[in-house]
Amino acid sequence: MSARRLTANTMSHEVVSLNNPDYPVPEELRHNVAITTLDRIYNWSRSRSVWPMLFGLACCAIEMIAMAASRYDPARFGMEVMRPSPRQADLMIVAGTVTKKMVPQIVRLYNQMSEPRYVIAMGACASGGGPFKEGYTVVDGIDKFIPVDVYIPGCPPTPQALLQGFITLHEKIEGQSITTVPWYRKGESEPIPVPVLGPDLIDVRQTALIRDMASQVSDAPEAVID
Amino acid sequence: MFQETENTMSTPSSDVTANDVTDVLFRKFPNAIQPDEREGYSGIIVSPDHLVEVAQSIRDDLRHDLLTSLSYVDYIDEGYFEVVYHAYDTRKGGPAFNFKARVPRDEAVLPSLTGVWLSANLQEREAWDLMGIRFTGHPNLKRLLTWEGFEGHPLRKDWREPFYEEEKKPFKSRWPEGHAERAENRLPYGMNVQYPPEFTPDGWVPEGDAAIYEALGAPTTDSGISLHHIKTDQLIVNMGPQHPSTHGVFRMAVTLDGETITRLEPVVGYLHRNHEKIGERNTYLGNMPFTDRLDYICSMSNNLAYALTVEKMIGQEVPERAELLRILVLELTRIINHFWLIGFLLNDLGAFFTPALYMIMERELILDLFEALSGSRMMCNYMRFGGVAYDLPSYVGGPAVKPGDKARYLDTMQFIKDLVYDRLPKATDQIDTFLTQNEVLVSRCKGVGILPTDLAIACGMTGPVLRASGVAYDIRRSDPYSIYNELDFDVAVRYNGDTYDRYLIRLDEIRQSLRILEQIIPRLEATEGQEYWAGKRGHTIRVPKGEHYGHADNPKGELGFYIVSDGTANPYRYHIRAPSLINITALEAMCQGLKVADSVVILGSLDIVLGELDR
Repeated sequence: MSARRLTANTMSHEVVSLNNPDYPVPEELRHNVAITTLDRIYNWSRSRSVWPMLFGLACCAIEMIAMAASRYDPARFGMEVMRPSPRQADLMIVAGTVTKKMVPQIVRLYNQMSEPRYVIAMGACASGGGPFKEGYTVVDGIDKFIPVDVYIPGCPPTPQALLQGFITLHEKIEGQSITTVPWYRKGESEPIPVPVLGPDLIDVRQTALIRDMASQVSDAPEAVID
Repeated sequence: MFQETENTMSTPSSDVTANDVTDVLFRKFPNAIQPDEREGYSGIIVSPDHLVEVAQSIRDDLRHDLLTSLSYVDYIDEGYFEVVYHAYDTRKGGPAFNFKARVPRDEAVLPSLTGVWLSANLQEREAWDLMGIRFTGHPNLKRLLTWEGFEGHPLRKDWREPFYEEEKKPFKSRWPEGHAERAENRLPYGMNVQYPPEFTPDGWVPEGDAAIYEALGAPTTDSGISLHHIKTDQLIVNMGPQHPSTHGVFRMAVTLDGETITRLEPVVGYLHRNHEKIGERNTYLGNMPFTDRLDYICSMSNNLAYALTVEKMIGQEVPERAELLRILVLELTRIINHFWLIGFLLNDLGAFFTPALYMIMERELILDLFEALSGSRMMCNYMRFGGVAYDLPSYVGGPAVKPGDKARYLDTMQFIKDLVYDRLPKATDQIDTFLTQNEVLVSRCKGVGILPTDLAIACGMTGPVLRASGVAYDIRRSDPYSIYNELDFDVAVRYNGDTYDRYLIRLDEIRQSLRILEQIIPRLEATEGQEYWAGKRGHTIRVPKGEHYGHADNPKGELGFYIVSDGTANPYRYHIRAPSLINITALEAMCQGLKVADSVVILGSLDIVLGELDR
């Protein structure tokens, strides 16, 4: 029933405690003063106020709504505030099948989110195409276009599995450090190029490849790359 | 409030068209029509030149006024496309009248029937998009589910998708001793795309949305208000596809004059998941879990409509206990759907999430039962050809509700009784008490989005939307299936056709569903331990050659499956008549002259679900 942890680079299982008692705090101040690192307080506060974007695609969105209701109660994780605007959201839950007609909008929404931003691929379709993978207008996984932090298996995942995905995401956030995260580096981050709807979906990063393939039409269908 | 319908309609024989009905047509059009005499087929074949006149005669003389389904089949070996129409009589009920037209594959042009039935509008666009049949006289023949510029017509039998492996499942690479390879590795692009030969991306200009906006009229058109008065500009506004009020990835392109809607075009296809193409590769039973994902709020009802269709084709009988279990889950599904709809209609009205929370609470309890029964909360995959997959379990597991609470093990029959006799009626009364007379709900819904009876029938609306416009047409009564003809219930009808009636009729239907469930429970207890699944339980079944259109009254409207079998283990054609798609035909007419905020409420009251709309 519960989703397994799938992200590779999360922190170990130790619970991150905000207060670091290694530093001596006088006895009478113990209840009033907490000494911690900047990373820990920063990540602690970020991970407990992740605002998801209110946006669903397919069946998984129904389970996402069920998760947002009283029985599963995401307010326990500080995540009950779902924002319809990408500008105000920290987390995109790709809840459902991504089709070729929809993927330009999803990439655009992702580009509009302000950093730090996270993506959860909820369910089999968003993770890898799912039962509809063989279909002609289905994108076989949103990670072909935008980076994904947590994958949640299931068709659809139960609300419990989605909560498990949130906990996994929190662990990932708590493992990050201000000194290494990309959004504090110099310069602007590159937006992801928005794919174009042509005779089929055109990922503009593949333009050169498509041009090459067109020039060697005869053996195109058999070609295999590693 | 209710229209009593006679309970005398005998068992349906939807494949046979009564002779005296067709005689009228044969006398009137002796040269234009001929009976379809292929084995396993029914209906008449109309020559394309006379299609419109024959359709008019079917509507006016035969009184089959509701064109529900327009299916299209690619008979590649015979070299023609066949378009199959199913029309029903909303007054008398009874089986479908089925007529067909054929066009050669290389010159596929047919006259459009949009002048006779508006419900042909979106379905003809779909046939053009997926099969490449051009309909002359269609007002707006654009691609519907794919996009302008898409290469090819995917449902043609000679069109292959990028991840094509074989014509039919099970694929040799998987069974009996298969080693599946990632489909991405077979393509140079590493993902699910293909391009026509000699296509180069340089200089490609996407068609974009120009065609959509063109149909809406240029934004510089005169507003109709005299220039001496207040000047307003026409403005095109897009709502969706990721707008939270459009209930999924639905998009409305709206032309506004000030804040008033002058034109509205639904733009769909953002969740087109190729059910039909995949369904034609699958085995018959392999399609059952895919039907779950059509209307993903009502998976049980979708299962049933599909099971009914195939059972009719293979002549499979269903034991009594299976029928009872089916009705149990069907009517609970109807209650789930209507609760969900009311919750989210209130969401659209601005009562953000509080009413919906109460509705979801009841839904969770029903889903607990479904999970115990089928193993899954939403995607139940519960029906089989000849019965259901599992009998009632001995207990229903409920989650802990208080700190320190243990998981509960509740006796199943007791759980169902508590739901049906106590919990759900109270919840329904609670909705009624708190919402029905609510000032905001009344003022925003009464008289808003009126759908007149004749327009509702012309647009092919079905289900609660049609019944809220004063037509007592319910397939459970008009063409009964399962054991509905043994059950006592009324067809709920409301007569104003506005949003408020569409809200009220959902409450009426919940009460009727509870009434049905109350009749089912004693019979379930009496049949305990009896057979619940008759017939062969293998993974593949063979279906005799022929066609069949099976339909059921889903919470959203008539869900139909048109299946053509060539005698093998896979359907030759697998067409789904989705109520959500056809119910948006009237959206523009209902929204014209109203404000943007009203269009959201009207859409909410139509009750669409995108998994089914886009398929």
